[in-house]
Amino acid sequence: MSDNDAELKTVIFETLRAALTKPAELSEATHIVDDLGLDSVAVMDFVMEIEDRLDLSVPLDKIAEIQTLGDLLTVLRGLKAGA
Amino acid sequence: MALLDKYAALGAQYAQVEAQGANPFNVTFEAMISATEGRYRGKPVLLLGTNNYLGLTYDPEVVEAALAATRAEGTGTTGSRIANGSYGGHKGLETELAAFYGRKHGMVFTTGYQANLGMLSVLAGKDDHLILDADSHASIYDGAKLGTAQVTRFRHNSPEDLDARLRRLDGTPGEKVIVVEGIYSMLGDTAPLKEFAEVKRKWGAYLVVDEAHSLGVLGATGRGLAEAAGVEGDVDFIVGTFSKSLAGVGGFCVSDIEGFDVLRVATRPYMFTASLPPGVIAATRAALAALRARPELRARLNENAVRLYNGLARLGFALGPEPNPVVSAIMPSPEVAFAFWARLLEAGLYTNVSLPPATPKGLALLRSSVSAAHGAAQIDQAIGMFEAVGREMGIIGADAPIAG
Ligand SMILES: Cc1ncc(COP(=O)(O)O)c(C=O)c1O
Repeated sequence: MSDNDAELKTVIFETLRAALTKPAELSEATHIVDDLGLDSVAVMDFVMEIEDRLDLSVPLDKIAEIQTLGDLLTVLRGLKAGA
Repeated sequence: MALLDKYAALGAQYAQVEAQGANPFNVTFEAMISATEGRYRGKPVLLLGTNNYLGLTYDPEVVEAALAATRAEGTGTTGSRIANGSYGGHKGLETELAAFYGRKHGMVFTTGYQANLGMLSVLAGKDDHLILDADSHASIYDGAKLGTAQVTRFRHNSPEDLDARLRRLDGTPGEKVIVVEGIYSMLGDTAPLKEFAEVKRKWGAYLVVDEAHSLGVLGATGRGLAEAAGVEGDVDFIVGTFSKSLAGVGGFCVSDIEGFDVLRVATRPYMFTASLPPGVIAATRAALAALRARPELRARLNENAVRLYNGLARLGFALGPEPNPVVSAIMPSPEVAFAFWARLLEAGLYTNVSLPPATPKGLALLRSSVSAAHGAAQIDQAIGMFEAVGREMGIIGADAPIAG
């Protein structure tokens, strides 16, 4: 369970670091729009990288609800459990 | 906290552009002169950003049809098809569109935007899945949002990613509806429709193609990319607009699907809005007739497209991947795009600026669209202005060859 979480977190942070132009402190509390300045399409593009790595699809209404990296983790955890 | 405070950041960006004295998102022409010329701030401008692909906005037959229908049937229908009745023209246009595409059914909407809202919101229901190309137009995203289906997006123009997403859904109940475009409006690239059709068949999904920018542009008879790619049989629904090659306003969907007409009492963007006025319907019918009867318009359009694309490519501009009537130069930043756009306008050339999130991959684009109504000399003139401004701003090298 927590192993799984640690892996998901690594995937999120690694993918995000690769997508960002500037280095940023990342935590579950990081707000994707306010702290990282991504626009709506950039968020969807970044989630797409994660979808590839985890081989799952995140529906757009779920992406729209995501504000922090912690929210994203929760969504991914739910999708993995459901898969 | 005032009501509109949430738009503070957007407002500040807009004000900054406005302060530079030339705002690509706030242009008012003093006059239109022809399909390729207008007047702006007291000077004539060459129009290279209109989507007027076949140049039919001033076509005498199209104009006369609009005038005659307006005189005979009035300026507006003052109501919706469902509540207030259809006119013969609405039915006539639907029949003609269906015949043009060789389909059983046609439905006309008040805009292309509404055609996408209307179709995508109802084709996939609560337990179904909509799978959109990531670079889809806003109207496709909004149509998906208006409906109740689960929506995911796949990598732009990637049959592999589409296949992966359908594989992930394998065994999940519900129909799968794929949505792609013919020519993409931002970079002028086309969808790999043959490959998409294969994936669609493999998984038993439905395929919707928005031919907004490819109707009258691609295909042996101008039906669009599905015709050009030879996969019309695999396309279950074609949506499109009258606002580009057909020189008017409005949208449509054609299909062979059984039971199509039930959608007229199911889709809200069709039911709860006024129908197109008689003048617009008549003009569109005349424009469709011109599209069909005058393939030379399409030939001229494509010659102009290739001329502009090759001209700008030779000068060293970074462009979209293939020559089509939409020709976008990729600018290093929004600021450079604004400055380039303003200098072109000052020199007498009107183009468009497109910025993220409307553009893919965060690109800032200086977007042009050519028309069959442009003469070769006008295209060369435009290339010359791009060259002058490009050199002045250091966007292209001084040693790039001369245009022509
Ligand atoms: C791909 C696409 N679909 C739909 C539309 C909407 O068409 P309309 O302008 O007729 O509402 C547009 C253009 O605006 C478009 O580019």
